[in-house]
Amino acid sequence: MAANATSSTSGGRPSLTSRGKRTGERIIIGALALCALISILVTVGIVVALLVPSMKFFAEVSPVEFFTTTKWAPLFEPPAFGVLPLITGTLTTTFWACTICLPLGLGTAIYLSDYARPRERAVIKPVLEVLAGIPTVVLGYFALTFLTPLLRSLGWQVEIFNAFSAGMIIGVLLLPTVASLSEDAMKAVPSSLRDGSYGLGANRFQVSTRVVVPAAISGIAASFVLAISRAIGETTIVLIAAGQLAHISFMPGDSIQTMTAFIAATGAGDVPVGSISYKTIFAVGLTLFVITLLLNVVAMRMVRRFREVYE
Amino acid sequence: MNGPTRTASKHAAKAVEHSLAGRRHRSVTATIFLGYLLFSTFFGLIALTVLLFTIFRDGLPFLDSTLFANGPSAHPALAGARPAIIASIMIAIVLVATTLPIAIATAVYLEEFAQKERFWIRLIELNIQNLAAIPSIIFGILGLAFLVRGLGLGPVLLAGALILGLQMLPTVIIAAREALRAVPDSVRQGGMALGATRLQVVWREVLPAAIPGIATGSILGLSRAIGETAPLLMVGAATFVSFNPELLTQYTVLPIMIYQWIKLPQADFQGLAAAAIIILLAILITMNGFAIWMRNRFERKW
Repeated sequence: MAANATSSTSGGRPSLTSRGKRTGERIIIGALALCALISILVTVGIVVALLVPSMKFFAEVSPVEFFTTTKWAPLFEPPAFGVLPLITGTLTTTFWACTICLPLGLGTAIYLSDYARPRERAVIKPVLEVLAGIPTVVLGYFALTFLTPLLRSLGWQVEIFNAFSAGMIIGVLLLPTVASLSEDAMKAVPSSLRDGSYGLGANRFQVSTRVVVPAAISGIAASFVLAISRAIGETTIVLIAAGQLAHISFMPGDSIQTMTAFIAATGAGDVPVGSISYKTIFAVGLTLFVITLLLNVVAMRMVRRFREVYE
Repeated sequence: MNGPTRTASKHAAKAVEHSLAGRRHRSVTATIFLGYLLFSTFFGLIALTVLLFTIFRDGLPFLDSTLFANGPSAHPALAGARPAIIASIMIAIVLVATTLPIAIATAVYLEEFAQKERFWIRLIELNIQNLAAIPSIIFGILGLAFLVRGLGLGPVLLAGALILGLQMLPTVIIAAREALRAVPDSVRQGGMALGATRLQVVWREVLPAAIPGIATGSILGLSRAIGETAPLLMVGAATFVSFNPELLTQYTVLPIMIYQWIKLPQADFQGLAAAAIIILLAILITMNGFAIWMRNRFERKW
């Protein structure tokens, strides 16, 4: 391409009108556009991969049974296909994750955006980046071999696999995400707002809580929604630390099974293709996909609204 | 241009702010609030410290040459992670060869050539944003349905690598687009004023200027893919592999090896898992450190 371009510029008069209409360039730009289309194909592939087997599944099991009954035992005889235990399991771990990552992530964000000195920021930000980059299998190990024994030694008789430990550690995983996204939202608040309220005699606490946080609220809310979506979709930590017991229980110390843990455990086993238990993977996957998709759309909407205000 | 003045005035404002904050009497609520902020900030730092301490305490006694030389074994003393380490490196190579070019081409197209008001360009952009937030296990389902069973590829290394590649695609596209966006328009206009075509401008001016940013984003995406466990469970990486893997053979990667050791009841395997975690973290922290170093060293401020 480079050689081609040089020869055309050195030979003869340069013609301005013919530029950009050269077939070679058109082909390359077309190839780039094709690459951009791959991402669309991925989404289409995901939707097809989930929908087609799910439809076969729902031909055998009625959606009413799937979404309303309370017993999940697809591999048993007779099988039971009530997805509610998996959903309550997911909700329980997500709830405990949120008790960590939402308040502490927001606190970290406020500290970083309005309180920390530059030198503190220069230390805290990279450390949080490292924390966000820890693989989930490592965090799962930490939940199982550190947090659960710690809870037990404190006198709380949790089960070895329990929703609380897994949820807490998912919260630790997502804390940097919430912190970084919320901080971005607060940084986008114009400094004139801060200066104005300082000028009116407000102190740092008042400026943070009454000006900056309210002004950045849609960005902060978006980071919360995104964190919830990621907590729902987190797999490895719950697979290692929360157990494989599908039952409806909101007790933090109980062993539970989440949607993701069911998919991973069943997918990792040797399931015969076409069997009803093979198809449950896709039905549960579709449920998970729809829930996270809705949350992501909500989050993206919030971010866009917040951008319109301050750009 | 007015950078220095700007920062100076910012520092001055900060100084005023600090002295004001110091002089004003602090209410009880404000003190409690500050306590909450400090607790939040240090919670993450302390969690990371405790995590690393636990891993090293558990893993260091098991970190020896057997771990690098041997394959998996039912005997903890003989078990190693050699095939898993090799497979992780091979997957990284496949990702660099396949995903990165596609991701960068996509970013270049969207930033430099696409007409952004067209509805299908907006569709692609929304789609990429959404793909970045889809749970990783869903990509595993995609791989199970299409690559392993649909195409009949079976549980081979290439299938795992391709799935991680698709999962990594949106992250790298987003990072590469930000890097391209950071190159000022004056660079493009200058090139075009000298008679270069848009493609020549992109190839010779914009891309070279954006390379540090693109490389940083790529390495961060790559390191996330190397540490990924869940989608690979779906495409059959959780097997007993004692041979050196190839593209079309069965395989297991480092995170999966760790996962399998964690699940075993014997305490020695927990130690092995921790030792393998040290190796994994060493690889990832080296990669991330390199990326951060490159960002600081080569990124131009325009």
